[in-house]
Amino acid sequence: MQQNRMLEIWVGLFVAMGLAALFVLAMKVSNLSVLNSERDTYRLIARFDNVGGLKVRSPVSVAGVRIGRVTGIDFDNETFEAVVTLAISKKYDRFPKDTSARIFTAGLLGEQYVSLEPGGDEETLKDGDEIRLTQSALVLEQVIGQFLYKAAEGGGK
Amino acid sequence: MIGAVRRLGRIGLAFFERLGRGHLFLLAVLRGLPAVLLRPRLVIQQIHATGVLSLLIILVSGLFVGMVLGLQGYNTLVDFGAEESLGVVVALSLVRELGPVVAALLFAGRAGSALTAEIGLMKATEQLSGMEMMAVDPVHRVVAPRFLGGILAMPLLAAIFSAIGVLGGYFVGVGLLGVDDGAFWSQMQAKVDLHDDVANGVIKSLVFGVLVTWIAVFEGYDAEPTSEGVSRATTRTVVHASLAVLGSDFVLTALMFGD
Repeated sequence: MQQNRMLEIWVGLFVAMGLAALFVLAMKVSNLSVLNSERDTYRLIARFDNVGGLKVRSPVSVAGVRIGRVTGIDFDNETFEAVVTLAISKKYDRFPKDTSARIFTAGLLGEQYVSLEPGGDEETLKDGDEIRLTQSALVLEQVIGQFLYKAAEGGGK
Repeated sequence: MIGAVRRLGRIGLAFFERLGRGHLFLLAVLRGLPAVLLRPRLVIQQIHATGVLSLLIILVSGLFVGMVLGLQGYNTLVDFGAEESLGVVVALSLVRELGPVVAALLFAGRAGSALTAEIGLMKATEQLSGMEMMAVDPVHRVVAPRFLGGILAMPLLAAIFSAIGVLGGYFVGVGLLGVDDGAFWSQMQAKVDLHDDVANGVIKSLVFGVLVTWIAVFEGYDAEPTSEGVSRATTRTVVHASLAVLGSDFVLTALMFGD
């Protein structure tokens, strides 16, 4: 009987340890806390000429604060533009109609993210609205190419 | 020449025979599972045998694997000035791959071989046929609880392995090498996804648990009832289970992360 009791205590401890480990992985290691706050979101759409290295789940930020994430990147066959769907937390629902979206890179080689810059319009963006003013991602090769071109021009003079 | 073809045919037939027998055996075990739920004590005993007794080896190797990851990752990342990403590297490699896979390999070596030897020895000493004489189905009474116990223990072991590994990486990275404490955790939390990474790791470990336990109990039940046969079955369990884990890991990884 005593033996059985010890065995059960050990198994109980083991299961508790396993569940605690899962809990640690969920809470401490993964982004559960971020996910939960993003459950209540609304969608905005932005069209870009070039999204560069933007990916689904890339962050969306305003003034450097993360307020949502990219939930979809699609290609419009008619206008040949990239259509990016943004999920923004419902807490932040007062962006003016003339808010502009840009794709920036975090650091020189970091991941790319969408940055919103609020405008001054009275009307606000609603669920499913499109952001009209957009600026594409900076493609490093193009910038370097332009720089080399300019440098060559300057050297010729 | 004809002899060679004949031998090849015999090997092929034997292979398919074992494969078929293994799957029929799995069906029989699955049929026995509902009866096991009425006697949870048997399962608890098996969780003790497979899970609790594997705990020490899982804890120690998890800690060391995490520490090695911390050390190696730091040495590579510091060249790019990205040592703050150490947490991401350690956590992702553990949660996605090393946790489930290494835990399953250790599980096959520690618990799987013990399962095979135990059941094989029961068969060799005619305890199984004794049960049949008493109208007790040994698949229901002996195999099914071990199968269920192994399946329940494996994901918990993998989770413990990953968690203790992350801690090991933390000790080495933050404690010894001086990576920033806050950056280590915040970068990790930003990059590790609950559904994509943690949940997929748990699914992986569950699949590995089914595979390893299935192979272990089948090899034991199918063993030649001699001491030599049992020893060969035990070896086969470790080899086949390890191969099955590594092979299915590639398939699972391709399915989960290969978009």
